[in-house]
Amino acid sequence: MIHVIDYGLGNVQAFLTMFKWLGFEATRAKTAVDLTGASKIILPGVGAFDHAIELLGQSGMRPTLETLVLQDKVPVLGICVGMQILASSSDEGRLMGLGWVPGKVCAFRANEQSASLPLPHMGWNDVQPKLGATLFAGLESDARFYFLHSYYFECDVPSHVAAVASYGLDFSCAVSAGNVHGVQFHPEKSHHFGTQLLKNFAEL
Amino acid sequence: MLRPRITPCLLVHKGGLIKTVGFKAPKYVGDPINAVKIFNEKEADELVVLDIDATVNNVEPDYRMIANLAAECRMPLCYGGGIKTLAQAKRIISLGVEKVAISSAAVEHPELITRIAEEIGRQSVVVVLDVKKRLFGKDYDVFTRNARINTKRSVFDLAAEAEKLGAGELVINSIDLDGAMKGYDLALAERIRQTVKIPITILGGAGSLDDIEALIRSCGVVGASAGSLFVFKGVYRAVLINYPTLAQRDELIRMALHQFY
Repeated sequence: MIHVIDYGLGNVQAFLTMFKWLGFEATRAKTAVDLTGASKIILPGVGAFDHAIELLGQSGMRPTLETLVLQDKVPVLGICVGMQILASSSDEGRLMGLGWVPGKVCAFRANEQSASLPLPHMGWNDVQPKLGATLFAGLESDARFYFLHSYYFECDVPSHVAAVASYGLDFSCAVSAGNVHGVQFHPEKSHHFGTQLLKNFAEL
Repeated sequence: MLRPRITPCLLVHKGGLIKTVGFKAPKYVGDPINAVKIFNEKEADELVVLDIDATVNNVEPDYRMIANLAAECRMPLCYGGGIKTLAQAKRIISLGVEKVAISSAAVEHPELITRIAEEIGRQSVVVVLDVKKRLFGKDYDVFTRNARINTKRSVFDLAAEAEKLGAGELVINSIDLDGAMKGYDLALAERIRQTVKIPITILGGAGSLDDIEALIRSCGVVGASAGSLFVFKGVYRAVLINYPTLAQRDELIRMALHQFY
């Protein structure tokens, strides 16, 4: 069963609808008890970094999530800010991230190349997966995804980068560290490209 | 490469979809959920849905309709209509909408832009400015409440102000060209592009894919939005939801942007 974390951020219903459409069982998790029996976890998110970390804490699910992900090695996929909070810290906030994927979240506006482009980075952009990146298996070479963000993930460990996208600079738009995965774009809003990626995750 | 966005804009009136000309003469064009399903099939870049009754009738946004749209929509959704508080904006985002659009409220209470942006992030805050060209000069007045009230404020001043206050995107909607299908006001689009750094979307006037190509040619990576173009077919304006294929869009964008490569 795929559990979609509902801590008040992100489009939980869109994931449930999409997994149902793909033929996978998925359910909404609002409390720690709801997480029982999770074999896959989706961690959505929109908005500000600190707000997301705070809400995840208030939901009471964080300790159970940490056990599931770090100890039981249940595959997890963070989406947008749900990916960013996998990092250790962010330029956007003061709170610590989950630290599941060592790295830092940086501001496009602080980068010389991207600061001259319209921000936020909004729209459909090409994505270059790293060789053998399982999340991107079966995707066409012209795969594109929908982005909506002002901050980007910078991995401490190069091998954790699963795909890069270019917006002034090349940034990690997907990360994979063992059972922990994250994508900056919105697969649930990226038509058949996103559907394929979510199917890949569900079949991990 | 980040691509320009080609965005259908759907207007909701009394629970159905309509299309206007010059913000008047609404013509019924179908059911909102059905339209979303068709745009899913056509893999549209984004969708904008504006409820044109909510603000004018001073009623709450129709949360049930918004939730149904968001659940059905497999592309990013921007909802506007009747939003005048932070609580309303947050509730709409929690229903699974990517972006909220504010218009009359943003002009009348600009501090609302900042309050919403601080809470949900500026990437999800869209300010829609409905504009009419002034009779004399090259400026445009911003109107509110479905083009009923002329604020007599310049669109370029308000655009810059909205950006400063925290808007993540601007939609510039030409009242003069609404439903006219004779091409975008490129002079307006270019000046807006030069005025702000946030993403912009131009709405009003598109009558063909050539018009969209012309807009992208003049403004680069921009949002090209249209109503009539994507709901009518032929000179008699028969209702038929349509949208270019992925290959057509790629080709259009390649032609429009080749000067940049």
